[in-house]
Amino acid sequence: MSTVTLEPSIESRVHYLNVSYGIKSWLLTTDHKRIALLYLVSITLMFFVGGSAAVLMRLHLIEPTGALVEPETYNKLFSMHGIIMIFFFLIPSIPATLGNFLVPMMIGARDLAFPRINLLSWYVYIVGALLTLSGIIAGGVDTGWTFYPPYSSNYSHTHVMLVAFGVFVSGFSSILTGFNFIVTIHKMRAPGLTWFRLPLFIWAMYATSVIQVLGTPVVAVTIALLALERLFHVGIFDPKLGGDPILFQHLFWFYSHPAVYIMILPGMGVVSELVTCFSRKRIFGYRIIAFSSVAIAVVGFLVWGHHMFVSGQSVYAGLIFSVLSFAVAIPSAIKVFNWTATLYKGSISYDAPMLYALGFIGLFTMGGVTGLFLASMAVDVHVHDTYFVIAHFHYIMVGGAVMAYLGGIHFWWPKITGRLYPDGWARFAALVIFVGFNLTFFPQYMLGYLGMPRRYAVYPPEFQVLNVMSSAGASILGIGYLIPLIYLTWSMRYGPLAGPNPWKAKGLEWQTPSPPPTENFEETPVVTEEAYAYSSEEARVV
Amino acid sequence: MSEHQATSGVLNPLAHQFDDLEQQHDASYFGMWIFLATEIMFFGGMFAGYTIYRHEYFSAFEAGSRLLDWRFGAANTAVLICSSLTMALAVRAAQTGQRKALITFLLLTIVLGMAFLGIKFTFEWTRDWHEHIVPGINFAPQGETLKHLQDAKVALPHVELFMFFYFAMTGFHALHMIVGIGLLTVLTIMAKQGRFSPQRFNPVEGSGLYWHFVDIVWIFLFPLLYLIGGTH
Amino acid sequence: MSGHIVPQKTYFTIFALLIGLTGLTTWVASVHIEPPWNTWVALAIAVCKATLVILFFMHVKYSSNLTRIAVVAGFFWLAILLTLTLSDILTRTWIPPSTAWQTTTIESSR
Repeated sequence: MSTVTLEPSIESRVHYLNVSYGIKSWLLTTDHKRIALLYLVSITLMFFVGGSAAVLMRLHLIEPTGALVEPETYNKLFSMHGIIMIFFFLIPSIPATLGNFLVPMMIGARDLAFPRINLLSWYVYIVGALLTLSGIIAGGVDTGWTFYPPYSSNYSHTHVMLVAFGVFVSGFSSILTGFNFIVTIHKMRAPGLTWFRLPLFIWAMYATSVIQVLGTPVVAVTIALLALERLFHVGIFDPKLGGDPILFQHLFWFYSHPAVYIMILPGMGVVSELVTCFSRKRIFGYRIIAFSSVAIAVVGFLVWGHHMFVSGQSVYAGLIFSVLSFAVAIPSAIKVFNWTATLYKGSISYDAPMLYALGFIGLFTMGGVTGLFLASMAVDVHVHDTYFVIAHFHYIMVGGAVMAYLGGIHFWWPKITGRLYPDGWARFAALVIFVGFNLTFFPQYMLGYLGMPRRYAVYPPEFQVLNVMSSAGASILGIGYLIPLIYLTWSMRYGPLAGPNPWKAKGLEWQTPSPPPTENFEETPVVTEEAYAYSSEEARVV
Repeated sequence: MSEHQATSGVLNPLAHQFDDLEQQHDASYFGMWIFLATEIMFFGGMFAGYTIYRHEYFSAFEAGSRLLDWRFGAANTAVLICSSLTMALAVRAAQTGQRKALITFLLLTIVLGMAFLGIKFTFEWTRDWHEHIVPGINFAPQGETLKHLQDAKVALPHVELFMFFYFAMTGFHALHMIVGIGLLTVLTIMAKQGRFSPQRFNPVEGSGLYWHFVDIVWIFLFPLLYLIGGTH
Repeated sequence: MSGHIVPQKTYFTIFALLIGLTGLTTWVASVHIEPPWNTWVALAIAVCKATLVILFFMHVKYSSNLTRIAVVAGFFWLAILLTLTLSDILTRTWIPPSTAWQTTTIESSR
């Protein structure tokens, strides 16, 4: 393929960004790359909406008696923070942006299997987002993102129907994306691209898509039943009728636990790509990592009851779920070992994407082992519904998933935009984020262990020092997130032009010009080598 | 770039992202099954809830089931099976390029689907409304109905729970039927315009899969909702 | 594969079987069978009907292994939901309600 490294001018070549102009060409596009950018803008907006709720929460928690808002408002803030961050940022983040952009390119295809369904998925996401945002503007919900009945169905006076409907609609966007990826990966790989030559990012996206397809419908029907219950004042979760609120929790968590794997698996896929490229080395244990992605997806469906250890679930069921929750940690741990082994004796460079990847490995590990603490029923009784749980999942979701997302955005930015971003600022931002993140969330482990409950607008005064540390960290983290927004936007206009492969990475997506043409490849590539075929000399070069 | 119509009106056989017709057909068929897997999970959530409460409150479920008229349920089952036959024959007609047969079978399927909905809405649901056994809206059994429930010595709230499942499950099923009828109507119009050929009939086959799936849901709903208490 | 065309006769045969099984399940409901077996019989008949529809009307008999895996996966995942949820529901009453903690007074050192 092309070996040209410098383009005289981006505008003299036709590519997917300049092939047509005007708002209609974007809103009616079926090009997976443009749809990825539509998603990128949308989820970034939602990230800052959800982030503002977090800022307000952390400001409020500077004072033990609450510094900023009424308790009812605080309840709404944490609910909206969770709903927006989970359903409208994390779940679509890597799949709908990097996944949409890269899946066809990495397998040598011209587009996804169903391009119009891809566009539909974005519109469905937007409808869901608008519904939820109207719910927020109308006053939000105070049920927590978990919507537990009977509070959410019978007692809450907030806009449960509107927000829940928004979440319901957004689920279909997730299903459509996942379904598209599964069919594409199965049916449209380039000649020579066998399953075990696929980039691990594709394996991760495949596993993620399986979860999206099989799990999301259950939460959809659960929300529908909850809505019926709230609307008609009768339903299956209502104890007054002999209904079981725990049934809601079973149905809800059947999806929502695998949902966390939807949020982390793509990040793991990104990290696999980053670690190999910036160690100039083949990944250690390719097949094991591939299988572990599938194992996480499958076993991840068997552990949901660990969210209900203290809800009234049978202890025997709790026992089964506890054992399975320990089991699901194994494939994740295997990935961490394999990434570490890949780094060993690699020729490591510390570009911004690599900083994010290294941050991921450390922070995800910390979050992951605290998950094991929580999986142990005896410990969970003590720390359930405390800040320990919050710290656990933020280490994974923010220290893990968001850092992987940023790492991926930075890594593929030259491919997506044809421009390079200023690396100094990028590394600086990565460090600010890392410091801010740890200052925000490490104290929360301690707070939780000491007994501070989650979702409380007030707390005992002896917890103030840790809370203030956490809030200080949050402000640093917030600044850290703003910095890339600025320089990445700047780079789209003023950044130096990137060639096809500024990182000298392996992978089909790097064999095309940056930005790529609409059809991705002039001729369908034929794959003859393994993934990550970095030569052993490259690994040892200083 | 999405597919566009060739001047003959037949759906352009090959969409740009596919390499050949076989890949396109495979992707379409496999994709529809993935979608049906999501539907299995969607209805599955309700089946799970049903299973649990049937286990907890069997007598109430039995008594509630007797409030339904199994003959309408059986008739509707037969209607749906007929519609599955006509749908399968429609797909076959598309495969073999028989345009008139395709249109006929699609129309028959639509008619049978509407018959199903007609029986359900006008005979069953209206009757349930008159008997005051619609949960949340007017659940207040009277007269014969009340006596029957009292004789069975079941708690009325549990019966209301059963009726909630009945309406929720058959309601979502009916919603899927309506969408199916809509799909088939669009297909009939497209078939009339001669848009299908033996090389390109994926929408017909896909809709067929969807229709059969909705039939399968009913195949399970009929015994689970109507036949718990026997046919007396 | 768009290739395989099922003979009309096959469709009609399956149709007759489905109607027959519907009649069977209705008749079985009129005969008293000890619960829970009546449920299992009804479910078994329903599974047979569904299998016929899937294999013949939905062409899975003539499809690739990949399609079959997709079909099985959907039902298997539903089985996961049912099984593990039932593992809770069915075992809730296994542990008898605990009696109050036996309290012992702790002698103060003072």
